[in-house]
Amino acid sequence: MIDSTYILLQQYWWLIVSLLGALLVFLLFIQGGQTLIYTLGKDESERTVLVNALGRKWELTFTTLVTFGGAFFASFPLFYSTSFGGAYWVWMAILFCFIIQAVSYEFRTKPNNFLGRRTFEAFLYINGLLGTILLGTAVATFFTGSLFSVNKMNLTNIANPIISSWQTPWHGLEAALNLHNLSLGLAVFFLARILGLLYFMNHVNSNEIFVRAKKHLLYNTIPFLVFFLTFVIWLILRDGFAVNPANGQVFMEPFKYLHNLLAMPIVLAMFLIGVVLVLWGIGKSLVIYYTKGIWFTGLGTVLTVLALFLVAGYNNTAYYPSTFDLQSSLTIINSSSSKFTLTVMSIVSLLVPFVVAYIWYVWKSMNSKKIDAEEMKSEGHIY
Amino acid sequence: MTESMDLAVVSWSKAQFALTAMYHWIFVPLTLGLAFIIAFMETLYVKTGDEEWKRITKFWMTLFGINFAIGVATGIILEFEFGTNWSNYSWFVGDIFGAPLAIEGIMAFFMETTFIAVMFFGWNKVSKKFHLLSTWLVAIGANLSALWILVANAWMQYPAGMQFNPDTARNEMVNFWDVLLSPVAVNKFLHTISQGFLLASAFVVGVSAWYLLKNRHKLLAKRSIIIASVFGLLSSIFVGLTGDGSAYQVSQKQPMKLAAMEGLYKGSEGVGLVMLGMPTPGKVYNDNKDPFIFKLEAPKLLSILGYHDKDAFVPGINDIIEGGYIYKNKNGEEAVALSAAQKIEKGKLAIQALGDYKAASDAKNKEMMVYHKKILDDNFEYFGYGYLKDASATIPSVPLVFYSFRVMVGIGLLFIVFFALVLYLVLEKDLEQKRWLLKASIFMVPMAYIASQAGWIVAEVGRQPWVIQDILPTVAAVSRIEAGAVQVTFFLFLIIFTTLLIAEMKIMFTQIKKGPKEEGGK
Repeated sequence: MIDSTYILLQQYWWLIVSLLGALLVFLLFIQGGQTLIYTLGKDESERTVLVNALGRKWELTFTTLVTFGGAFFASFPLFYSTSFGGAYWVWMAILFCFIIQAVSYEFRTKPNNFLGRRTFEAFLYINGLLGTILLGTAVATFFTGSLFSVNKMNLTNIANPIISSWQTPWHGLEAALNLHNLSLGLAVFFLARILGLLYFMNHVNSNEIFVRAKKHLLYNTIPFLVFFLTFVIWLILRDGFAVNPANGQVFMEPFKYLHNLLAMPIVLAMFLIGVVLVLWGIGKSLVIYYTKGIWFTGLGTVLTVLALFLVAGYNNTAYYPSTFDLQSSLTIINSSSSKFTLTVMSIVSLLVPFVVAYIWYVWKSMNSKKIDAEEMKSEGHIY
Repeated sequence: MTESMDLAVVSWSKAQFALTAMYHWIFVPLTLGLAFIIAFMETLYVKTGDEEWKRITKFWMTLFGINFAIGVATGIILEFEFGTNWSNYSWFVGDIFGAPLAIEGIMAFFMETTFIAVMFFGWNKVSKKFHLLSTWLVAIGANLSALWILVANAWMQYPAGMQFNPDTARNEMVNFWDVLLSPVAVNKFLHTISQGFLLASAFVVGVSAWYLLKNRHKLLAKRSIIIASVFGLLSSIFVGLTGDGSAYQVSQKQPMKLAAMEGLYKGSEGVGLVMLGMPTPGKVYNDNKDPFIFKLEAPKLLSILGYHDKDAFVPGINDIIEGGYIYKNKNGEEAVALSAAQKIEKGKLAIQALGDYKAASDAKNKEMMVYHKKILDDNFEYFGYGYLKDASATIPSVPLVFYSFRVMVGIGLLFIVFFALVLYLVLEKDLEQKRWLLKASIFMVPMAYIASQAGWIVAEVGRQPWVIQDILPTVAAVSRIEAGAVQVTFFLFLIIFTTLLIAEMKIMFTQIKKGPKEEGGK
């Protein structure tokens, strides 16, 4: 009865989705950077350099978000159906944050742009502030749960055939009022700013900006640590949403997420190494003159977030739990696509290494020289 | 839950999807075509080493960038809207529909975004050849993304390669190639991208014609017109051919859409094509009003185009509702068409059988499971009809589809003549003297946009009420949210997209007025 290939495919796709999520959080350095343009750039020329340093990379983050959504849809459609349709306001708010970002780089300095440069800068700021906090808050519900129910047999109710129902009229806004969720949201926000600062320190050729960035690195690391540790300690102490593999029943298990870490030593190692790398990149950049912090903290971010996603979904855990009706909770087994679709998608996923390779190659050839005010004068296309 | 759902949420969800899709569709065709036009231009630059070609390439690239940004902004919502506003749909067919979306991201979007950075910022950073390759990859990436999203759309119009699984209560993919290579998907993809090429060509000709009228940037204008009119002529012919292919597919697979496109209520053998006409306002299928106030027909043409047979029977709206005529079914066999009432009946049977199957499954009654599964399978073809109130719910808005179809085809055909004329005159070095044609060229730019939007209306309004043809109507596809919530987001989208559109147009016009810059500066 148990199809082990199917289970393997579900786990593989949870890994891919988790990896995309982890890369996305790293790439939020764009969003973090967007909230620092006025903090670090004291005049128009400095701000132009900062905006352009981000502007050549912003689409990578955007595309990763879109692909994260597409991959989630293809592999776990019940999540797409339940969460997006239910937590309507949170997802819509996130989308609006990204819609306004997409035009802002291109339109910011163009003459006759209707809204004015400051408006587009404000759009970038909103994207960096709300986009990160809301994404973090939404992901935190993977551990804290939401109020929804799913009944696939509603399809047979002709007058009202909708299968997923959100059980509060707040439609996702309630998630932002939960302190545990918010602590992850704020941790993501400050982490994005840290990554943004480290990116500027790496890529902008200006001593003044470097010095200011270093100062702000400290200011952002303190709240990041506070919120991150709050979230993690809360997480390992709390009850988690466990699944009985024999019958698929969901039940509350004390210290479930701690158990998951201990039951999966590789994930635990990933998490610990990740955290150490994040701190190493920050610490070294704070103490000495160092420009490569972004790579340590970036890799550490990917590992840490990946580990958190795996803790949410692996080891018989409901990754999108319902606190309204435990048995409606989504697991990687009950929410996934069919074996056939996951197989097709797995073949497609063989393309991913090629994609990563050309992104890497292009990044290297485009970033070989640091960006500075001089280049802004000679470059044909600037934001 | 037993209370009935609020039908207003269906209307608002439809309105919001139409609004966001149509806004997105303003920008996409230009991206699809202009990417290739730029790639042609840059190829000429690399081949000849002529700096003027580089300047021309960069000028159009600037306009491309402005358009591209807002295309991205309006695009992200469409992907997520399937979840936010069509949550039942996302589960019911997500197993098939999600895959093209994910593949689009992995295969196309990363290619586009990675190389677009090289295209804009790489002039002084990478070799000439690598830059050219990047420009081509942007064009290919953009069109690949169109491929996947249109495969997804075509699948909604003609579901293939799937099977309903009663245990999971959804459709599951069983054959990927049937999804990718369905004749509807192939035609739709080719028709849509060539339409994008046409629009971009019209845009380039129009802007260049304005320069000629103003006596500015004449070399740029003439060179651009040569490239765009060749590309435009080939594309417009191809749009016609694939349009014919699409209409043929619609006749076979979506007869109700065809009937709406033609305002055809009473079918017959050897039906003519309405060239011009005015459908009677307020006409409903079961009244005695004449369907047309007036019409001008090309005899037998609809039978020829739709069935490749001058005497073929084309069913009208009433025939489709009443049934009883002979048609070819999905397996290519002749069959007697069911009436809408019979289809609704069968749909209800299928839905009931799903519930009974589940009950039997819960009771672990194997025998009854097989029994109900058979009823479900036998009637599944009409599953979606079970959610419809009555026969009238199967008819899309006839006037909207009828007029949109004529606008699309009329303008489309006009473009073949237009591009041929422009190309002839520019090669004869006579174009500058024909100021009327230069003025007409500017006028043709909005025409291309109108035809493009009209095409979207024909395809998408014409298939109502179906999200998935015959399997899932809009009323069973939405999310369970309050109509008021969707209303709020509808107006938010309206405000924000309109604001951004105004900004985009102002920027675009300003850049066009400014014209290409001298090498080195902005």
